[in-house]
Amino acid sequence: MVQKLLDRVKELPSALHGSKVVDSILRPGSPMKAGYSDSPRNRSYVIMNNVLYHLHPVKVKRHGVRLSYTLCLGGLSFFLFILLTITGIFLMFYYAPTAEAAYQDIQELSTSVAFGSLVRNMHRWGAHFMVLTVFLHMSRVFYHGAYKAPREFNWVVGVVLLLLTLLLSFTGYLLPWDQLALWAVTVGTNMASFVPVFGSQVQFTLLGAVAVSADTLLRWYVLHVLFLPFIIVIFMAIHFWRVRKDGGISGPL
Amino acid sequence: MAELPEHLLRRSAEAKAKALGISVEEAMAQLKGEAPPTPAPTPAAAAPEPEAQSAAVATAAPEAAPETNGHAPVVGDPTKATSVRPVAPAVGGPEGVRTQRLLTVVKAKAIQQTKAEPQDKVNTWPHLMIVEFASLLAVTGVLIILSIILQAPLLEAANFNATPNPSKAPWYFLGLQELLSYFDPQIAGVSIPTIVGLLGFMAIPYVDKNPSNKPSDRKVAIFMYTFFLMGSAVLTIIGVLFRGPGFNFTYPWNDGIFFDDLKDWVPIGLGDGH
Ligand code: HEM
Repeated sequence: MVQKLLDRVKELPSALHGSKVVDSILRPGSPMKAGYSDSPRNRSYVIMNNVLYHLHPVKVKRHGVRLSYTLCLGGLSFFLFILLTITGIFLMFYYAPTAEAAYQDIQELSTSVAFGSLVRNMHRWGAHFMVLTVFLHMSRVFYHGAYKAPREFNWVVGVVLLLLTLLLSFTGYLLPWDQLALWAVTVGTNMASFVPVFGSQVQFTLLGAVAVSADTLLRWYVLHVLFLPFIIVIFMAIHFWRVRKDGGISGPL
Repeated sequence: MAELPEHLLRRSAEAKAKALGISVEEAMAQLKGEAPPTPAPTPAAAAPEPEAQSAAVATAAPEAAPETNGHAPVVGDPTKATSVRPVAPAVGGPEGVRTQRLLTVVKAKAIQQTKAEPQDKVNTWPHLMIVEFASLLAVTGVLIILSIILQAPLLEAANFNATPNPSKAPWYFLGLQELLSYFDPQIAGVSIPTIVGLLGFMAIPYVDKNPSNKPSDRKVAIFMYTFFLMGSAVLTIIGVLFRGPGFNFTYPWNDGIFFDDLKDWVPIGLGDGH
């Protein structure tokens, strides 16, 4: 009886492989499909018959594949953004953006939620990483002269992405509502008040008040979890599309 | 079937008139089925390869029509319908028969002009995807390990009445905060470098007209960017490590590090500077 069950379980992978259901999920040319063989034609199909085609062309310049050319920095910035979205959604389950609840929520997250501390740490260090990788990506692009024609506009889109990345990081900084958050944001937004002519108006718009307050917390929460991610995804889409349309990766030098 | 709007009919009549060398009015009448079609060369016959197929459809349709007599005739199948537009019913013809015409012939031409220079290319799968996947795993691994070892800081609850000394911005703004301590904010302040800097950065590709991307041709550009990188690094490091109470200069080895983001990862004795 048990033996029979075990045999069934052992057969399961091969039964699934090539079954009608699995077949309907995988498009022709998928390496996971029964009967996939490594051929130039199939290598093209893996990309072409796949949602990946939205991100990658079938073929890329040989030098662009070398890790030493892009250091994968743009790709990693994007990947970190995905990781931050996933960990961020987890954090949202346990966090309320009110002056009364926020700090305690973060504290309890670290102490009484399974993996809460790990996920919070990943979200925080991941955010620092992303600021770093975006900055390094920009430097890589500069040193390669990869902003030159026809890629001028994609550099401009990139600068917007850098700004959005910094804003995402900065708005998240306030959310734990501890002394570090409160005063770092106070210092940061004080800088905005030095904007010529409109300084105090800019600061007021950022804070939703004359100083950091509970209103600021709600405002920055909405910016952090909804508005800025929405905007950055649009700009990333344009950015990736332009990389393709501008003739793929630049170079070789 | 709905009548075609007048302006669309007129447009196709003009195209037809031009193609057949007849007057627009004549073409219009033909389109409306009020006059027999000109036997002259049809636009379809003159058209190149891809259109030939639709021309066949256009002529084949009337023959097939009598079988569907009495019913609303079926206009081709969807694939044909894309190239063949039904026009108003032929009033003179037997009931149920419709004439079909090609509205416009568009010559096939690439939307984008691409210069095809032979390039050394490799398949994205597996060559690029493997590199990407490996670096993605590496970063995830490093991030998880880091997150297990290092606790993200959480200080006391926010308190509007207790200003910590020093108060520091997040590290990516600390370079700016450092600048602020040298210059009068109103004059050479932070916002001007930020705004000008931001717009200035966007302008780089339009200002740098040098088309070469060889490092040896770009000494000035590389020098300037490296200067910017080094400057921000130095300012940020000073802001993180060398600023203590009152944002005054301190030596981290004497007074400790005043930077709460690092709170839990500085060895004990250095991190309790405040
Ligand atoms: C959220 C931030 C960003 C993401 C996710 C991102 C992503 C990418 C990716 C995946 C590529 C393909 C090549 C590579 O990986 O290096 C790329 C190329 C490029 N990026 Fe970004 N990027 C970001 C920010 C920036 C910034 C801040 C700049 C410059 C100010 C920039 C300018 C460019 C340019 C000009 C290219 C074309 C480079 C070439 O063809 O060699 N990007 N980006």
